[in-house]
Amino acid sequence: MNTVNTAEHMVNSKIKVRNLSFYYENGHQALFNNDLDIHENAITAVIGPSGCGKSTHLRTYNRIYSLHRGQRAEGEIWLDGVNILSPEMDVLSLRRRVGMIFQRPTPFPMSVFENVAYPLRLHFKLSKREIGDRVELALRDASLWEEVKDSLHKSGQELSGGQQQRLCIARAIVTEPEVLLLDEPTSAIDPVATLKIEDLLLRLKERFTIVIVTHNMQQAARISDQTAFFYKGHIIETGPTQRLFTTPKEKQTEDYITGRFG
Amino acid sequence: MAFRSNASATIPATNPLRPLFWRKAQNRLVQTISVIALILAIGAMLWILGTIFSRGGDALSWAFLTNPSKPYGLPNNGIANALLGTLMITTTASAIAIPIALAAGIGLSEFGKQSRFANLMRFCINVMMGVPSILIGLFVYILWVVPQKSFSGFAGAIALAILMIPVITRTTEDMLRMVSDHLREAALALGCSRYQMIVQIVCKSARNGLVSGILLAVARVAGETAPLLFTALFANTWPREFFSNPTANIPVLITESTTNSPFEAMHQIGWGAALVIALIVLLINIVAKTCFREPKK
Repeated sequence: MNTVNTAEHMVNSKIKVRNLSFYYENGHQALFNNDLDIHENAITAVIGPSGCGKSTHLRTYNRIYSLHRGQRAEGEIWLDGVNILSPEMDVLSLRRRVGMIFQRPTPFPMSVFENVAYPLRLHFKLSKREIGDRVELALRDASLWEEVKDSLHKSGQELSGGQQQRLCIARAIVTEPEVLLLDEPTSAIDPVATLKIEDLLLRLKERFTIVIVTHNMQQAARISDQTAFFYKGHIIETGPTQRLFTTPKEKQTEDYITGRFG
Repeated sequence: MAFRSNASATIPATNPLRPLFWRKAQNRLVQTISVIALILAIGAMLWILGTIFSRGGDALSWAFLTNPSKPYGLPNNGIANALLGTLMITTTASAIAIPIALAAGIGLSEFGKQSRFANLMRFCINVMMGVPSILIGLFVYILWVVPQKSFSGFAGAIALAILMIPVITRTTEDMLRMVSDHLREAALALGCSRYQMIVQIVCKSARNGLVSGILLAVARVAGETAPLLFTALFANTWPREFFSNPTANIPVLITESTTNSPFEAMHQIGWGAALVIALIVLLINIVAKTCFREPKK
């Protein structure tokens, strides 16, 4: 059932997932032998009904699951030829290379400016001016600069939900990661703010490899180049978004995208 | 997605309705009881404050606050040495208790979660919170005062610190637990170490709660008397030998002057001191509740 289209191997894959399984602390298996190729400088959408394991899958790419004791992943995730699941992988530098945006905006209890400067100070030794420049650049890239440039010292938690999410995107891209993971980034945000973020992602894919989990099929169809359909912890089908939505090969994929379940 | 149509979605008009009368009466009854309880609780507090103000108000004067205490009969009797002693004992107690309790609270919230050791710790903390303070006084008396062969302000500080630790540990754990896991994950996802996440993001996020927890613990022990009777005791002198000699403090001054003296003038001093400590505790509480309240979202 796990289809890896051989033709797609020709494209440069930033991430190659092989035989990935995932277990929660109670022994419950959430992912079964996932194989997936994430193309460089493209948007890959991960879709599927609630509880199908799409977030769990995404959370292995930066090993954020390891915050929770007892959760473990088996298999291989190759990022530029290095298996990030190997014990030798340094997670702190991994997470600088692989940024993540969550479902709920998570501004830190500090000013807008400090929110974006925080990861810069964490990873780099920079002068005050360089930090200021790069914060401005990141806020511009996140289409937030015009709205916050006069209130950089306001608390990040006072922004609107959509602004907070763009602040989190600025915070994630300011350290120039290679991959951006987005876990249902617009599901807590109104439609207008959602469109802004989608436009933003389409621009950002020039520079980053983007993986977005979404339960909004229209969103996947609008912005993604590749789509992977998950069901009950299995990857049922992957392929170019256009193709997957128009001529799905698997019955379950067709049922899902035509709204028969989910 | 097929919408499941429901044949009997509407309730037939002939179905008997439950009478509303009892539900409304019940509601009114509970409301009345809570309002009465509220009046009793606030009334008791006002009564206490009123009594202290009316009895102690007359004693208050600049001389009363700036002169040290003296035996009955000497002029210019005051409470300044006891005020200073209480300040020193409480500050020292805080200096001992706050680092330990914050570390313990962080450990329970961030590393303990549901481990057996953490659950045992939580149980011990709950027990500690319920231990009568006089037992803590006796404990320090036996383990510190007796070997040192002297009462001291420092012994009092140890006793108060032991009282503060479980309270602050508990509030610290509760406050840190209120910080959403999303924030923790967001910090880690940026490449923070666990230590950086806890100190720079989680504690910062909970700082108002942490500070008010500490202030409430300070307010709670500032007026404790029983543990000090066995440790700091009292002296009609300035607290110069904090580590080796009995040290003046407000709670024991109140006890001594009101219960151990037949003279009205001494009772007056006790009431005055009671008013001062009540005002201090009230002030700390108000500061804790207002300045460090979580901003409304």
